[in-house]
Amino acid sequence: MAEKLLEIKNLKTSFRIKDDYFAAVDDVSLNVNKNEVLAIVGESGCGKSALAFSIMGLHTRAKMEGDILYKGENIVGISPSKLNKLRGKHMGMIFQDPLTALNPLMIIGDQIGEALLLHNKEMSKTQRKEKVIDLLNKVGIPRPEYVYEQFPHELSGGMRQRVVIATAIANEPELLIADEPTTALDVTIQSQILDLIKDLKDDMNSGIVLITHDLGVVAEMADRVAVMYAGEIVEIAEVTELFEEPLHPYTRSLFNSVPNASEEQDRLHVIQGIVPSLQNLPRTGCRFAPRIPWIDESAHEAHPELHEVKPGHFVRCTCYKHFRFPEEVGKEEEHHGVS
Amino acid sequence: MWKFSVRRILIMIPQLFVLSLLIFVLAKMMPGDALSGQIDPNIDPARIEELRIEMGWYDPWHEQYARWVGGVMQGDFGMSFRFKMPVTELIGQRIVNSFWLSVATLILTYLIAIPLGITSGRYNDTFRDQLITGYSYVGFATPLFIFALVMLWVFGFQLQWFPTSGSVEPGMEPGTFDYFMSKFYHLLLPALSMALITTFNTILYLRNEIIDTKQKDFILLARSKGASESRVYNQHIFRNSLLPIAAFFGFEITGLIGGSIFIENIFGYPGMGQLLIESISLRDFSVVTATTLLFGIASILGALISDIILSLVDPRIRIK
Ligand SMILES: Nc1ncnc2c1ncn2[C@@H]1O[C@H](COP(=O)(O)OP(=O)(O)OP(=O)(O)O)[C@@H](O)[C@H]1O
Ligand SMILES: [Mg+2]
Repeated sequence: MAEKLLEIKNLKTSFRIKDDYFAAVDDVSLNVNKNEVLAIVGESGCGKSALAFSIMGLHTRAKMEGDILYKGENIVGISPSKLNKLRGKHMGMIFQDPLTALNPLMIIGDQIGEALLLHNKEMSKTQRKEKVIDLLNKVGIPRPEYVYEQFPHELSGGMRQRVVIATAIANEPELLIADEPTTALDVTIQSQILDLIKDLKDDMNSGIVLITHDLGVVAEMADRVAVMYAGEIVEIAEVTELFEEPLHPYTRSLFNSVPNASEEQDRLHVIQGIVPSLQNLPRTGCRFAPRIPWIDESAHEAHPELHEVKPGHFVRCTCYKHFRFPEEVGKEEEHHGVS
Repeated sequence: MWKFSVRRILIMIPQLFVLSLLIFVLAKMMPGDALSGQIDPNIDPARIEELRIEMGWYDPWHEQYARWVGGVMQGDFGMSFRFKMPVTELIGQRIVNSFWLSVATLILTYLIAIPLGITSGRYNDTFRDQLITGYSYVGFATPLFIFALVMLWVFGFQLQWFPTSGSVEPGMEPGTFDYFMSKFYHLLLPALSMALITTFNTILYLRNEIIDTKQKDFILLARSKGASESRVYNQHIFRNSLLPIAAFFGFEITGLIGGSIFIENIFGYPGMGQLLIESISLRDFSVVTATTLLFGIASILGALISDIILSLVDPRIRIK
């Protein structure tokens, strides 16, 4: 049995807009084990970052309900000082945009050093500097002594992301949260950064939550995948299982909208519409229903729940059983007509 | 750093040239001169013409300009017709007065604005913040001269806490402690009036800057490192949000000059602003050009100081 590192139970994170609260993360439950990469995929605005920020306690004004257990201890609503002992030491975070993730007025060495300083009061200045240089080496930054004294604007995006990673792993956290760590980088740098994260995982045996909307990244990195739509998890499964047998209409639409060289495809399926904004999110029934209007209403559950279709493979709402792409529906009708 | 400063100072030469030319042309375009006001019928118009020729009124403009600039370079702004004394001498004490009034106003402005802006930005949308922004909007909406008049009336005339005109008690021995205190006492009310009403810029600017910086990714990174709230503010947010305030310093000086013209006139404070208004109405050509030129130079220097401060604190601007 894998060791549970993080256990999220019925997490609901809501933002106040005007006088009401709207949930951006709605009743999310999931686990992250040690030495495991859990990928979270979903379109822009579906609540991936909101979930990541909830885990790190980075929301300053959100209402959080439910439990986030880190090694069995609930970290929702714990005191700031307790939270600050966990953050940076037990959990680290990598951000989407490396260009804005570093303090423009501080040299690189001090920014990485801060993570050490905050959790290692005994460490001397020279020890700290040595450790920072080590870290810079570890994340593959050339001429670390020189970079130590540089300011962020003197480094490229890829180098800055390495600095952010070095900061996140400074205290060898057991849980690493990477919020689209490669989205802002160009393709060659992307794979370097992903390789780096993989190496680090093997090094430290940490659990990683990898947020992305790139299915290629998922295939390469993840052990398990959670698919999010409109604040909810709609499907969760082992990565091979999910790629072989995606069930939820949203998951299937996601897979179908990626060009696939090996299989012959008539044309790409484009998911209709966009993720609605927080205020306009459907709050009852199947949230994806409005975007697959050709599926009969009776196919959806009134209160969709996660069903375990195979051990470890969960799908929300029964509509997956009845789902066909419109192109398929058309073809079937043609066949019927001929026969 | 040195290269940057030298280059920045060299830029001032064309700036100063354009400024002086502009002032000269504008002054020339002012209707009438110091003599056209002389309606004494006993003076022979021919004598006035003679005086004008003597003054060089009819010389080609570039000769007049060269003569003027040449004098200014040696600290000679010509003679004031009305006061019958060298402009340099006339300006001497007033420029010192205006300088101290500006310094006091600036200090008070920052003393008020920085704590209020920080509180307002850090605790935005709370009651405290609403109070502070409320004050800023009132400041924004109230004309300086009306506010100054009210201050003068309340604290100067009604309560009599402060003197109502002048820059020092008459009959004080310059250089003594009492003299110094009296000077300070005289500039307090005008400086405070101006500071209270002009801080709203800095407060609102700082507030927005903090709210903006607060949600930047590098602040989230600092929090995710485990930095405490006070460390996040002191190490990361304030330094980044005070930066634009330093850049604003130059404009602050320009604003101050505009304000001091009102303030000095209302409080009867013998400074450059008061002198400017007086000499405009008296068409004292040489005094007007001298004061305007000095105001212009102060603005240019303000911008220079801003740039140098900024280059000292912001590594992105530091040019090697
Ligand atoms: N602080 C906030 N206040 C109000 N609404 C918010 C806040 N943060 C996020 N939201 C809203 O919550 C929803 C989810 O946002 P989130 O940033 O988690 O999306 P995401 O899945 O990370 O998207 P992306 O792929 O673009 O990063 C969005 O509708 C967003 O507008
Ligand atoms: Mg996001």
